[in-house]
Amino acid sequence: MLYDLFLNPFIEFDFMRRALVGVFVLALGAGPIGVFLMLRRMSLVGDAMAHAVLPGAAIGFLISGLNIFAMTAGGLIAGFVVALMAGLVSRATQLKEDASLAVFFLISLAVGVTIISMRGTNIDLLHFLFGSVLALDDQTLLLIAVNTTVTLIGLALIYRPLVLECVDPLYLRSVSHAGGPAHLIFLALLVVNLVSGFHALGTLLAVGIMMVPAAIGRFWARDITTMIMVSATAGAISGYAGLLLSFHTSAPAGPAVILVAGILYAISLLFGRVGGLLRQLFPARHLEA
Amino acid sequence: MLTRRMILIAAMLLAPASAVLAQEKLPVVASFSIIADMVENVGGDRVAVRSLVGPNGDAHVYSPSPADAKVVADAKVIVTNGLGFEGWIGRLMKSSKSKAVNIVASKGVKPRKMAGAHGHSHGHGHDDGDPHAWQSVANAKLYVANIRDGLIAADPAGKAVYDANAAAYLGKLDALDRQVREAVDKIPAERRKVIVTHDAFGYFEDAYGLDFIAPQGVSTNSEASARDVARIIQQIKKQKIPAVFLENISDPRLLKRIADETGAKLGGTLYSDALTDEKGDAPTYIDLIRHNITTLSAALI
Repeated sequence: MLYDLFLNPFIEFDFMRRALVGVFVLALGAGPIGVFLMLRRMSLVGDAMAHAVLPGAAIGFLISGLNIFAMTAGGLIAGFVVALMAGLVSRATQLKEDASLAVFFLISLAVGVTIISMRGTNIDLLHFLFGSVLALDDQTLLLIAVNTTVTLIGLALIYRPLVLECVDPLYLRSVSHAGGPAHLIFLALLVVNLVSGFHALGTLLAVGIMMVPAAIGRFWARDITTMIMVSATAGAISGYAGLLLSFHTSAPAGPAVILVAGILYAISLLFGRVGGLLRQLFPARHLEA
Repeated sequence: MLTRRMILIAAMLLAPASAVLAQEKLPVVASFSIIADMVENVGGDRVAVRSLVGPNGDAHVYSPSPADAKVVADAKVIVTNGLGFEGWIGRLMKSSKSKAVNIVASKGVKPRKMAGAHGHSHGHGHDDGDPHAWQSVANAKLYVANIRDGLIAADPAGKAVYDANAAAYLGKLDALDRQVREAVDKIPAERRKVIVTHDAFGYFEDAYGLDFIAPQGVSTNSEASARDVARIIQQIKKQKIPAVFLENISDPRLLKRIADETGAKLGGTLYSDALTDEKGDAPTYIDLIRHNITTLSAALI
């Protein structure tokens, strides 16, 4: 019975195993990215970047038709350009990063929609580009694996300035010039993760598996390292449970994963060790002198 | 500067000429490419047909543009499929204050109940049954008759032309119908079943006795769940379904995955809701049906 419920879907069906590997690998890369986004108060940036990718994908589509690699490359380039421009503008001028990002992603989105409709076909490009978690083939899995590897190595390289900039940007500026480059590399890694997320799981899930687990992590840990571990684990658990939910109730797979993450978030919100609501109402006894 | 001026002058000279041409022809708007092809065949030189949803477009999720509203406002005749296929056309006709005659091509077709095989509630936003009636050539002949009668009503002077064109086209459709039946007869009875992405072949199934099984509901909007996919895979394995088909309007990757996992053959592309452009496999309705049956036979025999 338990076996049928929790294991058999993955043993009997190849596509379920692939979906599981896909969401695990994705959670591993998206978890830390989400935590850093959250700590830098950039939680909505993922959503914005998702739209920024569109014109690149559209141009890739115009050049070589429905070719996954051309469209991915286009999406990556467009995402990089928007992320870098927004980062540079916010560093060089007094316009805040969220404002400049909003401007660039909206321009980007408008360009993308224009390109697609000038082509005259109303096939939903995103539907093709951003497939379903149930349809992961070898190429897509490999792409996700490579992207996650790049993300983890990249984060390891810029970890120190990144953490410092989250907690004390002025101090970082006074002792080092690494802040700028680290920030740009971080934005690039964000785009890489979004694109691999889109491929596997669609726009909704790519951003969702980044931010919801990060918010969960915030309720269970005070230091960044633990937060990242909780976040990646929460993403992986949501992926596993979401796939099972979709398998047993016929809910669509992508939303199911995010729904499970949302439930985990609600539980964390109530019972979280760090700042959870119950913990605030009934604080643990302090050692008082 | 000189060139720009020349272009302007050329445009001014040409514009009245094309306007005169347009006035001579009866302006007809078709809701999507298959209907447009039929109208062209019946109307011949007397009509100027424009299709709102172009080749390879998906009429289920189409959203009309202001340019479309203008085209509809200028049209004398609007030909739609009916059966709730184009949910957007009623609003478009109202908002553009169109005074055109509306020919519902599927008039007289016996609507087929949607097969709710996979427990989906179907997302067309209507309860009229399956709108993809043109997939049976017998229904297509009804379409042609409706279009002929409608055009005659709108343009009585062209009656002889429309009658002659329609008769010739109906003859071709009869031949097509025979061709499909002969092709199906050659397929062994136990192999007459395929998987398709989009549940659009119900009428074909009823008319010619092939079994089409879809992993998604009828609307291309809905996303397949893990359970649907698992059921399809189990079904293919259990019933030994020989082939899986792609269409020109749905996500092909899901089907590739199913095919890989079951060992069923990927049978090529079947066209359901839209014609292709000139260079494609199915630029006309007759080509579309012929392409589909050839592809089916190749995979199943």
